[in-house]
Amino acid sequence: MKLDNIYKEEKKSAFAKLSEIIFTMASRPSGLIGLSILVFHIILAFVSPYIAPHDFKAIDPTLMLQAPSAEYWFGTDDLGRDVFTRTILGGRTALTITFFGSLIALLWGGLLGIFCGLVGGKIDDVVMRIVDAFLSIPWILAMLLIVSLLGTSTEVLIPALGFFYGKGIVRVARAATHDVIAKDFIVSARARGHSNFSIIWNEIIPNVRDAILVEGAMRWSWMLLGFSSLSFLGFGVSPPTPDWGLMISNARGLMSFAYWAVIAPIVGLSSLIIGINLTADAFAKALGIDRSTKAPV
Amino acid sequence: MLFLIIKRILLGFITLFIVSVITFVGTEVLPGDACTTYLERQAFGEQLEACYRRLGLNVPAYERYVSWALNAIQGDFGYSLSGEMPIKEVLGPRIKNSLVLASAAIFIGIPIALILGIITALWRDKLPDVAISTVTIFAMTIPEFISATLLILIIAIWLEWLPGIVIVPTDVSFLELLPNIILPVVAIAMIMTAHMARMVRSSVIQVMASEYVQMAILKGVPYWKMVFKHVLPNALLPAINVVALTIAWLLGGVVVTEVVFNYPGLGRLVIESISNRDLPTVQALAIILASIYVSINLLADLLTLMLNPRLKTLQIRK
Repeated sequence: MKLDNIYKEEKKSAFAKLSEIIFTMASRPSGLIGLSILVFHIILAFVSPYIAPHDFKAIDPTLMLQAPSAEYWFGTDDLGRDVFTRTILGGRTALTITFFGSLIALLWGGLLGIFCGLVGGKIDDVVMRIVDAFLSIPWILAMLLIVSLLGTSTEVLIPALGFFYGKGIVRVARAATHDVIAKDFIVSARARGHSNFSIIWNEIIPNVRDAILVEGAMRWSWMLLGFSSLSFLGFGVSPPTPDWGLMISNARGLMSFAYWAVIAPIVGLSSLIIGINLTADAFAKALGIDRSTKAPV
Repeated sequence: MLFLIIKRILLGFITLFIVSVITFVGTEVLPGDACTTYLERQAFGEQLEACYRRLGLNVPAYERYVSWALNAIQGDFGYSLSGEMPIKEVLGPRIKNSLVLASAAIFIGIPIALILGIITALWRDKLPDVAISTVTIFAMTIPEFISATLLILIIAIWLEWLPGIVIVPTDVSFLELLPNIILPVVAIAMIMTAHMARMVRSSVIQVMASEYVQMAILKGVPYWKMVFKHVLPNALLPAINVVALTIAWLLGGVVVTEVVFNYPGLGRLVIESISNRDLPTVQALAIILASIYVSINLLADLLTLMLNPRLKTLQIRK
């Protein structure tokens, strides 16, 4: 009974902490805008298959490049497909793939970074050299190579994106661990005879978690940018899946006649990326981490 | 000091060595080799043999790596598969074109970024800062292909001021290239400027809050004299590294921008060679782009070292 109470209290306090963070984020205008855009996009991604007015892959030559009208709110594209339907569906693939990609990036980047920070010495040097080397290969070249050799299925894209966007997190996690490792409470935990695992789990992770989470949130927006660039170049999701990058690249050739087909996905993608960015910024500020001096690596 | 410089240069070479191993192993481990991926269905019998012989794929991998690396150091990357000509000759004009694009963007971008960064920092949270910061957030978060597409739509199609798509041969002279590159340069410079302006801003704000600046204010040093003599030199120093990283990071963005504008530079070559499954060229590109990245970083490090007397006596990590 007593234990149960303690457990409930802890759970409540964690929830209170989260709502406090969200409240702090929303108290700035930029954070409020970012959060609302992000929430809007997430809700849209869940409900869009049910509210889409037309079939996203229905091709109708008689309806080619129609201007926006009451029936087709954002007009139609070069194959006569409804641009509104495709635009509201266009974020689903991108959001899903980049969300899971970011989770993978956070997981391996964070763990390897903490490990390097903890072990130090030769192993740390070697791993960081390799991470540096990977950082100096442009992401786009590496991604294009993987995708062109292994295909563009989700099972390839998620781990590939997760891997290439995680190497930056290694650095952040390592630096954060370095800051923590010399603190007195780690030394005393060692003196108490705690195992390495217990020290990592109970002492280090709670202290570096914020920095890693903020980095991960930022990676999410860059990964979205990278993923849509891949789609734009024709190396991302395959047609006829509605995807903003793909829609922009298809409609680009005809934009002197049908600008609506290119504007709609542009607004969708830009607003989502800006939303995630503002949210990540507000998140960093709410946690008291200044990331404005960091380079976009 | 000398020791530090030598150490940095050595570390750069080690990084490049690892990159070369990664790209070599990467293309080796991934299913299929250069010949089977290039020839696809015709990958059998005599054609395959000929291709293997031409690329020297019939000897063990480590031997190939050594000979490839030795040649690459001398600037010889072997033959491209699709063009049937030395990669060196394919790369030459492409590098020149990309260099023109990048250096134009940098020369336009850096002064504007400095001015914007200083203005936003000195008028922090006032109207100029809010206005400029909002614009920079937009400019740096929106993907390159979107800003480039919008530029073409507005300036080339609706206003008809400039050509939207670059239609020039690869080896065109600089003057002929000029009207064509304005839009691509603007597209690249916009994002770069936004990134750098943000960094200059936060750097200036940090220095403005430091004790010696407070002291200067209390002593009654004229405001602008203080800004130019005491704040800026100290604020711009840490910005150098960040600017270098931004430029290096833009290598990826340049690829996309070049494709949008159909610009015959290294970026489009990346896409072309990957679409053609031309692995020797991809390897060469990986090494070249990585060398650019490493040397920009090295340059920034050395510049910081030279401009900051405090670091001369200190052992710096990383």
